[in-house]
Parts: sequence; structure tokens; C-alpha cells
Amino acid sequence: MNPLVAFRVSYRALKRNKIRSILTTLGIIIGVAAVITMVALTQGAKRLIEEQLTSLGGNSLIINPGSRTRSGVGTVSGKINRLPSEDAEAIRKLSTVTHVSPILDTTEQVVWGNRNWFTGIVGASPDFIFINGWFPERGGFFHNEDVKNAELVCVLGKTVASKLFGYQNPVGKTVRIGKNSFKVIGVMGSIGQTPSGKDQDDVVLIPYTTLQKRILGVNYVDNISVSVRTSNDIPFAEAQITELLRERHHIRPNMEDDFYVKTQLNIIERIFSISKIMTILLGSIASISLIVGGIGIMNIMLVSVTERTREIGVRMAVGAKERDILIQFLIEALALSLLGGLIGIILGIAGSKISSLFTHWPTLVSFGSVVLAFSFSAIIGIFFGLYPASKASKLDPIEALRYE
Amino acid sequence: MEDIIVVEDLHKIYKMGDVDVHALRGVSIKIKKGEFVSVMGPSGSGKSTFMNILGCLDKPTSGRYLLEGNDISSLSKDELAEIRNKKIGFVFQNFNLLPRSTAIENVELPLIYNDIPSNKRSKLAKDALLIIGLEGREKHYPTQLSGGQQQRVAIARAIINEPSIILADEPTGNLDTTTSAEIMEIFKSLNKDGKTIIMITHETDIAAFAEKIIVFRDGKVMKEKWRGMEGLHEPVSSL
Ligand SMILES: Nc1ncnc2c1ncn2[C@@H]1O[C@H](COP(=O)(O)OP(=O)(O)OP(=O)(O)O)[C@@H](O)[C@H]1O
Ligand SMILES: [Mg+2]
Repeated sequence: MNPLVAFRVSYRALKRNKIRSILTTLGIIIGVAAVITMVALTQGAKRLIEEQLTSLGGNSLIINPGSRTRSGVGTVSGKINRLPSEDAEAIRKLSTVTHVSPILDTTEQVVWGNRNWFTGIVGASPDFIFINGWFPERGGFFHNEDVKNAELVCVLGKTVASKLFGYQNPVGKTVRIGKNSFKVIGVMGSIGQTPSGKDQDDVVLIPYTTLQKRILGVNYVDNISVSVRTSNDIPFAEAQITELLRERHHIRPNMEDDFYVKTQLNIIERIFSISKIMTILLGSIASISLIVGGIGIMNIMLVSVTERTREIGVRMAVGAKERDILIQFLIEALALSLLGGLIGIILGIAGSKISSLFTHWPTLVSFGSVVLAFSFSAIIGIFFGLYPASKASKLDPIEALRYE
Repeated sequence: MEDIIVVEDLHKIYKMGDVDVHALRGVSIKIKKGEFVSVMGPSGSGKSTFMNILGCLDKPTSGRYLLEGNDISSLSKDELAEIRNKKIGFVFQNFNLLPRSTAIENVELPLIYNDIPSNKRSKLAKDALLIIGLEGREKHYPTQLSGGQQQRVAIARAIINEPSIILADEPTGNLDTTTSAEIMEIFKSLNKDGKTIIMITHETDIAAFAEKIIVFRDGKVMKEKWRGMEGLHEPVSSL
């Protein structure tokens, strides 16, 4: 029998039981929708990671005091761990390291004339601009000499500059930060917001020594920002730094680190682990519903074979071969599962759009995932349709004709 | 005329648990091409069993069945299906039409399994319905047709592939006398066109349309009577 004829016969059989057909395919619908959403979310996560990688510079790492496990912080030696400024100089000597900047920060009132602005003050070294790929757009940045002498110079972030100076050029002016007067030597270019919505331009940069000695009166740093040649060097650099700092901090082999190295890889890993959890979650929903859907199809096909026993008998009496009956019922199961697949794809696309609306997580519905879902439902239909179809084809024509 | 059907010592045993039902106990018959044969006999005498074997719907437990000289017992299921499709047309007491298909779709059914393309199918089916006197009813569903009309559709379906043999198991069993006579006229004209017809019936006046009457009893042929042309339409109550 021509498969096209078989398709028409199954189409009519399904149309006859519209509600039943749709209910039967519910499992497939949910399964396919889950597959589509899952793939869309993972693709979206990948895209998010790529964006973050390029915006943050994939070749930098940050050394923080304290241990990675939060419970360990402060309890090891009874006091909160700090990083001495000298660690930065030691790290600078490592082979893989290209730039190093100690980082401290605080918040202060910045005043110019009758205007003032409360903002973050970041202490850094001149390497800061190379590590972050973020440069002054007006004037310049401070130099090693300024760091050495703890000079009262500052570079304004774009937001601070416009809040205090409006359209005037701040370079050369003097602003007051806390009790000290600082000479403005530059204005940074704009880098906009972080993915979480924090304004990165709302900052004033000064030499870290100035912040240590003239504002905070400390000799430690909050963390150390380091860049390496390429992101490939990061794992090795992390190992080098860990070894160096353990030695400098006199940590015995069985003791925990009193610092931790944060790389972009950590962030990437976090995003990956979240998307992995989503994938596993949705993947298991998808496979369970697809199996349940398949069993539903098998069940309804068995019912259909019983209901149509006589029809099968008549078809056999007028010359249908086993194969003809088999194909007819297989195609019917296939049509059912493809119908479910189609509805599932539509719901899945809608679902991923909605979930990206709520999570602000970009989703990408790929053509590949649609093809995948469609072929998956086809396989389910054939797999679970095979038993009822073969049962139909093996019927004895006389008994089938006599069936009431 | 050559023998189109030859059966020799046909036995059929149904196994019902540990009881064997001996439905046919050695039936030997020869039917010539173009004959019109009636099969009669009491209920349970094996008429339908015999007919199903002739129609290749069932296989005998033992014995030989030669259809147009070919031994059926050596054929595969697919080959039997092909014989049912091309060489044999069935007409049943309860019509056995597909309830959700229209008259013309029912008639087309054997053509589908003979791989006839769709446009040719509907033309042939239309012609067959015309011959059988049902033009204009192509799109009717079986429930929208009278018993006689349904049986006409069934006959159209039986002849659509131009088989040489028509097997009818009590074709008028569900019809009134007038309608039965009309259906019998159709069989008669089909027979005149050269088709071999074998028909089971309980009614003597229906059996009277045949040239030859075979009477079954207890799974055996009790009597075989050749009525000849001059004897046609005489009452058969003498049997
Ligand atoms: N599938 C079956 N399984 C068991 N026994 C069967 C089966 N089909 C028929 N028989 C038995 O075989 C015998 C012959 O049955 P068959 O149907 O051939 O009779 P029949 O002559 O056609 O009767 P009727 O005139 O009532 O149609 C009966 O005793 C019946 O019970
Ligand atoms: Mg019978």
C-alpha cells in the first residue's frame, strides 16, 4: 500500500477522535516542549558566558584574602586575613604574569565647588588600566612615581565627572575627597553597567598607596588584580600564584590557603553548572514525559487495534498483506507522535520566550533543536507504535472478521 | 470447461482447549470455471469453514486444494493475500463494509492493495457502482444505505479487481425476499459474464439460482446435484 494512502487513512482515524488524539499526545507535547526550552536555555547560557568573557577580559584573575570556604575566614588565626602590599610585587615577578595591581576600595564624599557626590574610591596601580582594558579618555593616568610617593592625584569615572563638572573639563581642577584635596589628572572612558546593573563609571581611581596612607591608614590591600598573556595561561598562573603565596604566608602543607584566586573561569563554571542543572532537570522531565507519551500512544493504539479488529479483517479479506496493516498502524502512531511533536515545538518556543522574559536569561531556539525534537517524537511514535501495529498485522483474518 | 477449483479429502480440525472440533471430515469436490454453485446444509455442517478455505482466508488441516491448478498449501501468507486480492471476491451475510468510509471508498479498497493509482481507482469504483445500480450514492456512508444497497456496494467491492471467483456466504441472509431476488439477479448476470460463483444459502429458492447444489452434513458432502439449464428455477425442495 502506498504510504500516502496510509497517511490519509490515519489522518481520518485521528480526526475522528480529536480529543482522544490530543490527550494521548500530551506526554509527547510536554516532552518536546521541555527539550526545546532546555536547548534554548543552554544556548542562551552559552551566549551569556561568551558575552561576559569578552566584556570582562578573559585573561585576568583576582587574589582575595580569606579561604574559599567562607566558614574558614577569620577562624584560622583568630583575625581577618589581609593581603600585604608586598605580595603584589612578588606576583609581578612570576613568568606568566604581565600586569599586577593591588586594589583597595572605600566610599567617600567627593566635593568640587558647591557640588558633591558620594562614590566609590578605588586605589590601584598604573597596571589597572591594562588589566581591565579600560583607559582614560581625557588627560592621563597616574604613574608608578605617584604610587611611590602616595601623591594626591585622582582619575574620575565618567559618571562622577559629569555629576560634579557637567560639561566642563575636570582635568587640572582640584577636588576634595574626605579631608584631602586631589588634583584631577584624567577622566576614564565609559564602560557602562555590569550585567547585574551596577554603574562601573561611578568611581574615582587613585594610587593605592594614597588610599592606604592618607585615607584609610592601613598597609594591606583588599585584593590583587593580575593579568596574564592569554586565558590559556590562567590555570598555570593560578597554580604559580598559589604556590608563591602559600610560601610567603608560611602555610604548612596540610593547612588551608588563607587567600583564594578568583578567575573568570570560576564565573564560567558557575554559569555552566547552573545551566547544567537546568539541562539535567529539563532533560529528565523531557525523557520521562517522552516515555510516558510513548506509552500513552502504545495504549491508545492497542485500543484502536481492538476497536478496528473487523476493519482489519475486511482489509485482509480483500488482499491487505501483513506489511500493509503494519504500515498503516505504524503511520497512525507516527502521525500521533508527530502531531504531539508539532504542538510541543510551538509550546516550547513560547515557553522559552516566556522564561527568558522572567529570568532575563537570553534563550536561543535553534533550528537544530526543532529538528532534534521532531525526530525524537518520530522515533518515539515508531518505537511505541511497533507493538500494536505488529499485533494488528498478526491477526487471523477469519477471527478478525467474526469479531463483534 | 477446465476445473477452476479442485479439493481432495479436505479436513479441518479446530482445537478448543483439549477438545478437537472436526469441522470438515474429508471433502472432495471439483468446480468448473464459470459454474454457479449453491452450498446448503444444516447449521454447523462446515459450509463457512469450507468457504473460508476456498477463499484462502484459512488453511485446511489436511487435504489438497488446487486453485487454477496451483496447490495453495505451499503458498506464503503474502501470496495468499495476493490471491484474495486478485482472484477472489468475497460477499458476506453482514456486508462487512467499513463503517467510516463512503460507498466509493469501500469499493476502492481492494484496488488500494493492488497498487492502482488514485485517479484510476475512483474511476473504476464509479464504474462498478454504476454496473451494480448505485450511481449517485458514491458519497453515502453504509449507515445511510439500505441493506440491499449495502450488499450492492459489497458486490461492487468483490468484483472491482475482476476476480474469476466470487464467494458469497449467505449473501441474502439479512435481506427481505424482494431485495434478495434483486441481489440474486446481479449474481446471475455476473455468472453470465463468466464468473465462477459459489454461494452458501439456507433458502431453497435462493439456491435455485445455481446450476449445481452441494449439500453438507457433519463436515462432509452429503449430496451433489447438477440441475442443468432446464432444471433451473424449479423448486429444490425435492433435495
Ligand atoms: N474458529 C473456530 N473455532 C472452533 N470451532 C469452530 C470455529 N469455526 C467454526 N467452528 C466449528 O466448526 C463447525 C462448522 O462451523 P461452520 O461455521 O463452518 O458451520 P456452517 O455450516 O457455516 O454453519 P451456519 O449455517 O450456522 O453458518 C461448527 O461446529 C463450529 O462450531
Ligand atoms: Mg456459516
